[in-house]
Amino acid sequence: MDSNSLISKTATELSGELESGNCKAVEIAQAYLEQIDRVDGKVHAFLHRDDDDFLAQAKDSDERREKGETLGPLDGIPVCLKDVISVEGQPLTAASKILQDYVSPYDATVTRKLKAAGAVIGGRLNLDEFAMGSSTENSAYGPTRNPWDLERVPGGSSGGSSAAVAAREAPLTLGSDTGGSIRQPASLCGVVGMKPTYGMVSRYGLAAFASSLDQIGPFSQTVEDTALLLETISGHDPLDSTSYPTEVPSYSEFLKQKHEPCTLGLPKEFFGEGMDDEVRTAVEKAIEFYKGKGYEIVDLSLPTTDLSIPVYYVIATAEASSNLARYDGIRYTSRSERAENAVDVYAKSRGEGFGEEVKRRCILGAYGLSSGYYDAYYLRAQKTRTLIRQDFERAFEKVDAILTPTSPTPAFKFGAKSEDPISMYLSDVYTISTNLAGLPGLSVPCGFTESGLPIGLQLIGKAFDEGTLLSIAHDFDRELQFGRQAPNLED
Amino acid sequence: MSEEPSMDIDYVTNLARIELTQEEKDKFQSQLGDVLKYFEKLQDLDVEGVEPTAHAFPRFNVWDEDVSKEGFSSEKALKNAPKSRNEQVVVPKVVE
Repeated sequence: MDSNSLISKTATELSGELESGNCKAVEIAQAYLEQIDRVDGKVHAFLHRDDDDFLAQAKDSDERREKGETLGPLDGIPVCLKDVISVEGQPLTAASKILQDYVSPYDATVTRKLKAAGAVIGGRLNLDEFAMGSSTENSAYGPTRNPWDLERVPGGSSGGSSAAVAAREAPLTLGSDTGGSIRQPASLCGVVGMKPTYGMVSRYGLAAFASSLDQIGPFSQTVEDTALLLETISGHDPLDSTSYPTEVPSYSEFLKQKHEPCTLGLPKEFFGEGMDDEVRTAVEKAIEFYKGKGYEIVDLSLPTTDLSIPVYYVIATAEASSNLARYDGIRYTSRSERAENAVDVYAKSRGEGFGEEVKRRCILGAYGLSSGYYDAYYLRAQKTRTLIRQDFERAFEKVDAILTPTSPTPAFKFGAKSEDPISMYLSDVYTISTNLAGLPGLSVPCGFTESGLPIGLQLIGKAFDEGTLLSIAHDFDRELQFGRQAPNLED
Repeated sequence: MSEEPSMDIDYVTNLARIELTQEEKDKFQSQLGDVLKYFEKLQDLDVEGVEPTAHAFPRFNVWDEDVSKEGFSSEKALKNAPKSRNEQVVVPKVVE
């Protein structure tokens, strides 16, 4: 099978080809390495590659298959990880200078699960430094470019993970989502991206940004592939005390069953001003699609929506300022050569090692937690978070899922928002409240602008009901398959 | 909280243990002032009597059996340290 045909396939299709003996895992791995050689000079999704290790894992997979010891549907399928997820013996920079020499001494739980499933773990994917940003422009190692238009951002913070799937450099990737960092880049790059319910996937081995909001989740061309990857990485983990003790059903089996159309809610606050016209048109078409399938569409209100951004930025920066205190120049980060005493080591190493947005957020977080301001900012934000959560609880008494656009606009140009933090923060306006409420959300491609930029549809589900959410998204995706379209990256 | 929100940037950067250049201080002072102004929205809502949410779902402390487990060797744990000697991290002099 030629390499172009291999890299255009979904993970589910590749799995079928491997099973029927039409190709080898090594051929798949080689096809992706060739594609990365061909296009990553333009896209820059990857921060690090270890081709020998990648091919060796693929060879191991082929040997298992020959012996009839295949580990499951992901055996032999490449999966690449955002550079905040630990893989033993591989670098983890979080796209920061402060971790430029760091090598993970252990596997994250998701990595361990992927290895146990036989997945072939590939290179390290670019992001906004420490997952702080919405454009991947905050990477200390240079931005990732949107494969659909190299002059535009891929979204962020998991921009490397979304661009790699869009550019067919990997069939599956993992990212992390704290306020939209999986769904927004998925939307801007025209692929599927999902943030699971808080607690569904272990955070052990994920470089923490805001611990009460962070979740790891999949990217893929199709909802079917996302289901396959999600069921592999989910489940309770004693190493993460916030991971939830719940059963993980086989989502891919669940998608094969017949599902009755259910009720979808449209929150009026998400359909107001600030939405691009072409995004609106594409989302309205998707609503018509669901109506045509027999879904009931109801209007609803989430009155606290406009408070979600200030609540998020108070809570997330507070948690970040605390979490990032570990990067102190003492134990496992680079240390400033100029430091003369212990406090100096902290301040100078962090001053030299952190990029601008990370510094801004750590300072903002320290301010919100500081004496005299705690009640006005942090405590008030936590109380408002309760009201946001209750808004969703009320909405889910009436509907099975909530439908919104993922991002108010398609991919924007480099530099368009990078000097204005608030305008950058507003690009997450539709995704942030999901994290505050801990709910699962996914973005599925729902069309293109006239100039060929992808548009994403967001579906938000009930807590720990990933199956229903995936089946609703699959109803749309299996027929329209916008994520199967690939950008032209030839010269 | 009625007056214009502002931030003593020197005080807060010291709390955050981050050294900034003068140029960064000036830039952040103005940008973070705008962000704080934006946060003022939070003061509009009445949250009297509302319980704060720390996690979206109730979480409880988890206890582990009090038995020793295999951990990292000190060699492995120190591999990323910028300076180490005799199985310990080397730091600048702390006590005068």
